[in-house]
Amino acid sequence: MSVLFAVIFYVAALCLVGGVGYRIYDYARTPAPLVIPTTPAPTTGGGVAFRMFREVVFFESLFKGSLWTWAFGWIFHLSLALVLMRHLRYFTQPVWSWVDMVQPFGIYAGLSMILGLAGLWGRRIFVDRVRYISTPSDHLMLGLLILIAISGLSMKFLDHVDVIGVKAFFMGLMVFDWQPLPTTNGILYIHLSLVAALMIIFPFSKLLHAPGLFFSPSRVMPDNPREKRHVSPWAAKMEAEK
Amino acid sequence: MASEITAPPYRVIPIIPAIKPGAMEGLKPFVASDKIQEALGYPGELVEDWKERAIAKMGELLTKYRSLKVYLDACVHCGACSDKCHYFIGTQDPKNMPVARQDLLRSVYRRYFTIPGKLFPKLVGARDLTKEVLDEWYSYYHQCSECRRCSVFCPYGIDTAEVTMAAREILDSVGYGQKYANEIIGKVHKIGNNLGLPGPALTDTLEGLEEDVKEDTGIDVRFPLDVQGAEVLLITPSADFFAEPHIDSLVGYAKVFHAAGISWTLSSKASEGGNFGLFIGSYDQLRKIALRIREAALELGVKRIVVGECGHAWRVAYSFWNTLTGIGDGADPADRFALMLQKQLDHRYKQPSHICEVTWDLIQRQAITLEPEANDHLVITFHDSCNVARGSRMGDMMGGQFEIPRSIIRAAANHFVEMNEGTTREKTFCCGGGGGLLTDDLMDLRVKGALPRMEALKEVADRDKVNFMATICAICKTQFTKVLPYYGFNMRMVGGVHQLVSNAIKLGDK
Repeated sequence: MSVLFAVIFYVAALCLVGGVGYRIYDYARTPAPLVIPTTPAPTTGGGVAFRMFREVVFFESLFKGSLWTWAFGWIFHLSLALVLMRHLRYFTQPVWSWVDMVQPFGIYAGLSMILGLAGLWGRRIFVDRVRYISTPSDHLMLGLLILIAISGLSMKFLDHVDVIGVKAFFMGLMVFDWQPLPTTNGILYIHLSLVAALMIIFPFSKLLHAPGLFFSPSRVMPDNPREKRHVSPWAAKMEAEK
Repeated sequence: MASEITAPPYRVIPIIPAIKPGAMEGLKPFVASDKIQEALGYPGELVEDWKERAIAKMGELLTKYRSLKVYLDACVHCGACSDKCHYFIGTQDPKNMPVARQDLLRSVYRRYFTIPGKLFPKLVGARDLTKEVLDEWYSYYHQCSECRRCSVFCPYGIDTAEVTMAAREILDSVGYGQKYANEIIGKVHKIGNNLGLPGPALTDTLEGLEEDVKEDTGIDVRFPLDVQGAEVLLITPSADFFAEPHIDSLVGYAKVFHAAGISWTLSSKASEGGNFGLFIGSYDQLRKIALRIREAALELGVKRIVVGECGHAWRVAYSFWNTLTGIGDGADPADRFALMLQKQLDHRYKQPSHICEVTWDLIQRQAITLEPEANDHLVITFHDSCNVARGSRMGDMMGGQFEIPRSIIRAAANHFVEMNEGTTREKTFCCGGGGGLLTDDLMDLRVKGALPRMEALKEVADRDKVNFMATICAICKTQFTKVLPYYGFNMRMVGGVHQLVSNAIKLGDK
C-alpha cells in the first residue's frame, strides 16, 4: 500500500507540475496581437499589478457580477488556502512558525470550505441559469472537493490518524527515502486518493482558471496603446512583406 | 415577420428573467453571397470539407490569439455573466447567456483539442462539430454585439467578444459569412466607405452642408475635403455625412474647428471611421481597412488625426491603430514603418484624438465658448457606448471616456441627468445594434436587445422629464432612431454630443 501511494503521489505531482508548467509555457508563447484590456484599465505596470492583486485576493470582478457566487466562492477559496497552509506541516521540519500559527484556523477553514462548496453546488442545482450551463464534470468537481474536505475532517474529528506516520511518509517522499504509510485508517487512503486525483485532473480541467487569470489579456494588459506601439511577431511579418 | 415585431414589456422590477430555451433558435441573418465572400478572399459558399477546415482554422486561431486560448480553458461555469447580456435579458434564450454562447465554441474546442474532451466528451460537455452545430454558431454568434459587458463581471476577464470574433472568422473561412458585415467591408475597399458614398456625392453633400450652416448662422463654416497640409485629418463614420441625427454632429465638429481656428480636412480616400473588420474578427481586414487612413494621413501631410463620434471606430482607433498602422506614439527606433508616420504627427496632442478630447480641451482653454441656454429646451441623459466605455479611453485618466463627454454636455447644456448607475459607464448596456447586427433582418433581436437601455431611459423620462439621450456612436444613433418608437418614445430623442455643442457654440466672436 505504501509503495502504491508513493507511486501515485509521484505521478500526481509530476502531472500537476508538468501539466501546469506546460500550460503556462503554452499561454506565454501564444501572442496577444491587439491591446484589449477591459477598460477602464490601469495605464501602468504597477496599476495592472494592483488590479491583479484585487482580482486574485478579493475576486473584484466576481463581486461586481454576483454577490452570492462571490460570497460562496470567496469563502471556499480562502478556506482552501488556509487548509493548504495547515497541511504544510506535513512537508516541513521543523514546522515554520507561521504554519504553526495557522493550525487552529485550518480546522475552521475545513468546515467553511464545505459551506462554500455546498453554496456553490446549491447554485448549480437551484438557479435555472447556472443549472443550464452546468456539465457533469462541474458537479463531479464539487463532489470531489467536498469529499476531500469531509474525509480530511473525519480524520480530525471521528477517526484519528497517526499524523506522525503520515508526516514521515511525505517527508520521505520528498527526499526519495520511502517510509511506510500508517495502515490503521481507511479514511486516510480515501483522502489521499482523492487528493491525488485532484492533482492529476487539475492541468486538464477548468481548474486551469487559476493560471489562466494571469494570462487573461483583458485583465493583465495595461491600457497604453496610444503611448506605446504593440506588435506581435506574426503581425510584424505582415509589415515586412510590404 | 417585420410587422409582428413588438417590444418586450418593461420589467416591473428589473429581476433576472427565467430562461426560455429555444426562444431565439434558428434566427439567422442573411448569408453573404458568393460575390460578397469572394471579394474578401473567402470561399463563395459552404465548402465541402467545412468540418476539417473549421477545425483547422480553430487550431490556427488558438496559436495566434492568447485571448481565445485562455478564455476557452479558464471558464468554470460560475454563472456571474449569465444575466449580464442585453440579448439574454431581452430574449430569455439561455444560449444568449455569455457563458452558454462561449460554450457553443468551447464544446467543440474541448472535443478536438483537449484530452478529457477526446476521452470523455459527455462528461465535460464536449460535442462533435456537425452541421447543426455550425448553424447554431451562425445563429448565436450573430446574436452577440461584442459589447464586452460580460467581461466586466467575469472573475477571469473572459471576453465573449473575442470568442464571437473567432467563431465568425471560422465561419467566414468555410464560406459561411454574414451578408451585412461582409458586404460593407467590400464597399470600403471598393468605394472608400461603408455606405458606398462615392467622392463626387461626398463633395456635393459637404457643399450642401456649408450652405445650410450659412443659412442657419450667417457664418461661412467650411467642410473641407482632401486639403493638402491641413492641420487635422478628421476620420468619422460615413453615416455622419447624410444620416439623421448623425449629420448634426458633423456640423458640430465643423463649428468647433471653425471657432477654434483649426485647419482641418476630410479625406475622400479615408471617408470612413468605421471598421467592420473588428466585427468579423479578421486581423487582416481590420488592418487593411485601417491602412487607408494611414495612407491618407501620409498623402495629406496632416499633423493630427481626430476621430468623430463612433463607438467601435474609436476602439479601433484608440486601441488598435498604433498596432495596425503606426498612428500613435512610442514606436521602436528601428520601426521604420511606424516612424514614417509618427515623425510627421504632432505629439503635443494625443494621436489619434477623439473629437470629444479636442472639444473638451478647447472648452477648458476657453478657445471656444458655449452658451448652454441654447439647449434649455432639452433635459439630457448620456448613453455610454459599449466600445468607448469598455474598449478605449479618453484623456489621461482612467475613465476619461466617461468624464469627458459628460463634461462637454454639462458645458453645452443646463439640464443633465444620469440614468441608473447599473446601466452606465463600464456597466453600460449595448444599444442592441452593435457588432455587425445593425441590419433589418435582425430587427426582432435589435428591438429585444434594447430592452435594458429602454428601461433605464423610461425611468429618467418619467422621473426627470428627460427628452434627449446623447451618445457618441453612429451605430447607437441609428439603432435608437429605429428602436425608440417600438418602446413608445420619439425617434428624435437620440442625438450626438456634438449636436448639443453645435446648438450651443458661439461662432464669429474670436
